[in-house]
Amino acid sequence: MAAKDPQPQVWLVLGASSSVARAFARVAAEDGADLILAGRDLEDLKCTAADVVARTGRAAEVLDFDAEDLASHEGFAAEAVRRAGFLNVFLTFGAMPEQEEIDADFALAERAIAVNYSGAVSVLHRLAPYLEAQGAGHVVVLSSVAGDRGRLKNYVYGSAKAGLNTYLQGLRARLFRKGVSVTTIKPGFMDTDMTWGLDGMFLVASPDEVARACLKAAKKRRHVVYVPFFWWGIMTIIRHIPEFIFKKMNI
Amino acid sequence: MRTRQMELCGWGRALTATVRAWRPERASAVTEVLRAAREDGVIVHGGGRSYGDAPLNDGGDVVMTGRLDRIIAADWQTGEVACEAGVAVGELMRIALEHGYAVPVSPGTGFATIGGCIANDVHGKNHDRHGSFCDHVDWIDLALPDGAVRRITPDADEDLFAATVGGIGLTGIMLAAGLKLRPVPSNAVDMTETPARDLEAFLEMQEASRDRHTYVVGWIDATARGRRLGRGILETADDSQSAVTAPPRRRRRMPVEMPGFAMNRLSVGLFNALYYHRVPGRGRTRRVPLAQFLYPLDAIEDWNRLYGKRGFYQFQCVLPDAEAPAGLRKILAEIAGAGRGSFLAVLKTLGGEGRGHLSFPLRGYTLALDFPAKPGVTELLGRLERLTLDHGGRIYLAKDGAMTPQSFATMYPRLDEFRAVLETVDPDRVMDSSMARRLKIRG
Repeated sequence: MAAKDPQPQVWLVLGASSSVARAFARVAAEDGADLILAGRDLEDLKCTAADVVARTGRAAEVLDFDAEDLASHEGFAAEAVRRAGFLNVFLTFGAMPEQEEIDADFALAERAIAVNYSGAVSVLHRLAPYLEAQGAGHVVVLSSVAGDRGRLKNYVYGSAKAGLNTYLQGLRARLFRKGVSVTTIKPGFMDTDMTWGLDGMFLVASPDEVARACLKAAKKRRHVVYVPFFWWGIMTIIRHIPEFIFKKMNI
Repeated sequence: MRTRQMELCGWGRALTATVRAWRPERASAVTEVLRAAREDGVIVHGGGRSYGDAPLNDGGDVVMTGRLDRIIAADWQTGEVACEAGVAVGELMRIALEHGYAVPVSPGTGFATIGGCIANDVHGKNHDRHGSFCDHVDWIDLALPDGAVRRITPDADEDLFAATVGGIGLTGIMLAAGLKLRPVPSNAVDMTETPARDLEAFLEMQEASRDRHTYVVGWIDATARGRRLGRGILETADDSQSAVTAPPRRRRRMPVEMPGFAMNRLSVGLFNALYYHRVPGRGRTRRVPLAQFLYPLDAIEDWNRLYGKRGFYQFQCVLPDAEAPAGLRKILAEIAGAGRGSFLAVLKTLGGEGRGHLSFPLRGYTLALDFPAKPGVTELLGRLERLTLDHGGRIYLAKDGAMTPQSFATMYPRLDEFRAVLETVDPDRVMDSSMARRLKIRG
């Protein structure tokens, strides 16, 4: 039996300067939730908070958060919980350097792993005990279809997301026992500043579409959701291409 | 930050440009664009609702502000709001109406951005009563061409402010602006439609209405000739005391371009006749949502595809009061004679000069209409430009895609003041646009 959503709803948005996070803040606030917007660029986050307040009348505050500063996450989690009382978590931060850039500068690979994997695992793991204690709520993590299979074009990024997806499977099992849902979102191509002007983009989803899908998936306590849904079909095909063929492909 | 090579066009789709486009998602990224701008400069492309080449920069850079769309402060006690330059004016209107305010001046589309409203110092259907958009702007956060960000106000930065409002984006990149909203009793207006049988009657009715009603706008049948020349429907409207529950507007799209031949003398004439006769001779009064009254065409999201692949030009001029009756008669006769009257033309009054060096309004009558981009259209536009000049009028930069630099310099007598400001704030010509080059705005 799914646990009922208690009131009031608060969403903690991690990496709240991204376009999907902004869209999510609006969508969640329209839906009646208050927000804690966490990230590094506090000036920018204050603008998003003001926007949410002006548009919806819900409360929104900002909190300093650096995904790469793992040592700070313990204190961050405590502070977020202190402010929110009861919280839901939307994790949207990520770093997507192009494979060519990584090949030229390995520091970018380290950063991709630090942000997409270590940073995400670190903050979620620090939040987990609080989520268990509150006995309800939702965790939604913006991952990527890139984690479904290692591809020539972005396998460092993809492997970090694959690691994250595996972590989330375990976290889902752990938090399920306490009534908290964990949803892995696998968006295909999104129209954000990370993908603006990239070649080979198709079927691109707007941040607003992705944000709405994330909130809906959380409420339905879904496990893994492809956004838009047809990416499930695309990735099923890609996963099933035999390795001896796949290794020759340029995708 | 990533860039994208793309083709852009103005709303009329007749003029296009190949640009390197930037789409910053936060204000701090805008200075990066200014530093990276190349020889052909940079211009902002906001809602893309300017008809001609004002938001284009062929061969150069453009900054798309669609992601800078946050309201960053709102005081619903005083009606003071601050928002980023990419907020759509219709969106701000929707939110303001929920709190008992209206954006005091709004163009005919809600998809124009606040930055675009300022850069074109737009007017609405209430210019006699409430002036131009920038009469309600308290401050502008402007990223100057050298990358420095300054908050400019009409008092402390008189010249730079006057160059920025109506300055079609040439003084820098607007990041945000502070506006004063107008308190309104409801989200609706009481609108009366009255037919006018010819130009003389139409002008008389407009003259009698301009001081009496908040909103005054005329739809004119530009295909009518002879004794029907200048017939139309006058719409007057005032704030309604009671609200209407606006049904959620269904947005329709134009799924395909209309073939070019669909817009012909017969179909356009028929449309205009039907539009004219839909209102009973004695007139009628209705209560309508303000947004529906202000943005009738926004119900069809990309109505500009109506004119087919080649697109269209919009012509909008203003003639001073004294010249209007004679000048409008000649202009309308020229248009009807050419058989190119568009399917909806607008005739309305303007109350006086704007705050900007290149602000369009002056006290008089403004006429706006579309012409499909078919052979002969530039010649027709040239003749209309001549008639406008002869009658002491002015052509609106937000609509223009065809004017000559000579006419432009004659119509805008404060051009020298504008150029002087640009020399100071942008000696290296970081800001530039297709329109600025075509009209030799910098000299």
